[in-house]
Amino acid sequence: MRSKSSAERRRGIALHAALFPLALIWLFPLWMMFVFSTLPENGIFSRDIILTPSDQFVENFNLLESDTGFIRATTISILVAAAYTVLSVALTSMAGWSLACYRFAGKGVVLATILGTLTLPYFVVVIPQFIMVARDFGLHNTLFALIVPPLFNSLGVLFMRQTFSMMPHELFDAARVEGVKEWRIFLFIGLPLARPAVAALSIILFLHSWNNYLWPLLINSKPAMMTAPVALGSLIGLTKVSWGGIMTGAVMLTAPMLVLFVALQRHFVAGISAGAVK
Amino acid sequence: MAAVSLNNVVKKFGSLPVVHGASLEIADGEFVVFVGPSGCGKSTLLRMIAGLEDITDGEIVIGGKVVNDVEPAERGIAMVFQSYALYPHMTVEQNLSFGLRMTGNDKADTQRRVSRAADILRISELMQRRPRQLSGGQRQRVAIGRAIVRNPQVFLFDEPLSNLDAELRVQMRVEIARLHKELGVTMIYVTHDQTEAMTLADKIVVLRAGNIEQIGRPLDLYYDPDNQFVAGFVGSPKMNFIRGHVVERNDKGVILELAGEDGTRLAQPLTGPAPELGSHVTVGVRPEHFGDAGKGDADLTVSVDVVEHLGGTSFVYAATAAGEELVIQRDAATAADAAEITVSIRKSYLFDEKGLRLR
Ligand SMILES: Nc1ncnc2c1ncn2[C@@H]1O[C@H](COP(=O)(O)OP(=O)(O)OP(=O)(O)O)[C@@H](O)[C@H]1O
Ligand SMILES: [Mg+2]
Repeated sequence: MRSKSSAERRRGIALHAALFPLALIWLFPLWMMFVFSTLPENGIFSRDIILTPSDQFVENFNLLESDTGFIRATTISILVAAAYTVLSVALTSMAGWSLACYRFAGKGVVLATILGTLTLPYFVVVIPQFIMVARDFGLHNTLFALIVPPLFNSLGVLFMRQTFSMMPHELFDAARVEGVKEWRIFLFIGLPLARPAVAALSIILFLHSWNNYLWPLLINSKPAMMTAPVALGSLIGLTKVSWGGIMTGAVMLTAPMLVLFVALQRHFVAGISAGAVK
Repeated sequence: MAAVSLNNVVKKFGSLPVVHGASLEIADGEFVVFVGPSGCGKSTLLRMIAGLEDITDGEIVIGGKVVNDVEPAERGIAMVFQSYALYPHMTVEQNLSFGLRMTGNDKADTQRRVSRAADILRISELMQRRPRQLSGGQRQRVAIGRAIVRNPQVFLFDEPLSNLDAELRVQMRVEIARLHKELGVTMIYVTHDQTEAMTLADKIVVLRAGNIEQIGRPLDLYYDPDNQFVAGFVGSPKMNFIRGHVVERNDKGVILELAGEDGTRLAQPLTGPAPELGSHVTVGVRPEHFGDAGKGDADLTVSVDVVEHLGGTSFVYAATAAGEELVIQRDAATAADAAEITVSIRKSYLFDEKGLRLR
């Protein structure tokens, strides 16, 4: 690698000088979330601004657990997010594959429809979907209702279609000539080559499910079937808001995602920008 | 071992016709080369034989069996792609064995076939590498190896050498010829490089815009082209074309006057029907069919632009009085650097206004 010129170095310093305060501003609420999660109730509402953590985290957590059954809610969240991610990645990549690799009647219509759903605001969809799932199918308060209705993900389908279309199709033709079945071509050539895209999509979908609030709130009203964000939300009562509990829960929900994100960042960035350069 | 025949094969993409009824017989063990300019339908024809494109109309027969509706894998073919199409996430060994593993071939047999292919292509020491760790020539070998492990009756090559540099191309060309000799199977090879076609083929199929222009042995195409397109396409440097018109018809043929050469008469003996008096024709002359003044059928005085001395021979780039560019091959000794030379046409081909050969 060539050494950086002094002009480049100066540009780098200037960039960091600008980015560093921005990073601090962005991190500040996260830090305060952590600080609040360790304060006793009277600390949160004290007049002084407290910037350093205290030692009430475990107490806050116990409160949270006894109020909401947070551990069970988190378990449900993990289960749902994992199942959702696996199923949705499988479905979106299969749909993307077929749209990228096959000619079939009505392909244009299918593609246009998928694109069209992108223009629908989520709130237009969510009420009819709720009525269908809860009233017509009677599936409210089930894991099924948490996982299956949001599975279809237009953006994911288009993303995977793009990924597969950019691969050299002679690779797949070569396998076809060798007598490899289509689903094996998908499984053993298409998917492995799409690994960065699949990794990026998985993270996005997992986060999407993990952070999802509205749909689980609507569809699963029974406390025993709440996901973690809904459980946290339930702490905002009419008469009392348990800030210590909420902050503790928020820390518990955010921290693993931050770790996951940082650990997989390389894949994530590679997947998002894949194909940007040949 | 299999013969291949195409009967009036038509291909349309939607309403766009790309191949307009190709008929062709390929004998068992023959090396056939499809040549033609870019976009003429060579790859499409090959992919139809492979079964990767379906046929709009007509019939393809491999080994005596109509294969129109037969899956690629069941046709007894193997294909080598222009881009090599090696699976980037697999080692060379996995690349070679992938198809066999996926179709449930016996493990020991797969192993045997892979090592045989590796031996034939001398890639045994590369087996654990991945495609990106290979040179262009090595990748090409692996791609061919992947075809060999299938024990195909027909090999299909789609411009296999076009991504290689000139030197490697010559080397791999020789290898492919060797392979054909060793395996003795039918090979169909697509290229737009006429040197590859001339050196490799038992039989050349010249395509243009979805039509077969001529089928023949390399030297037959060279010495006896059916039309101006084939005449211009086969041979390097290209055949020269000089415009002219008929000034006399007699029972032996026609006498022409060449454009810009008033008074020059070129007699062309013809056995077939002769063109009308006064009609425009094109005279084709290969670079090596020019000679010293006075020794041929007609003399031309041309102005010389550039002379390329290649050692044994030289190419003179010149223009006629009518401004037509010519390439003239001469002995190094006689390729003067003079601004003007007089050459003589010793042998020529005659084409009518539509470019069809008059014989
Ligand atoms: N999938 C397709 N859809 C529509 N048109 C196509 C398709 N594939 C090929 N064509 C067209 O068919 C014609 C022949 O293409 P083909 O690839 O067979 O040419 P080629 O002779 O192999 O050219 P090259 O030497 O550049 O490889 C071209 O005009 C091309 O645009
Ligand atoms: Mg081609």
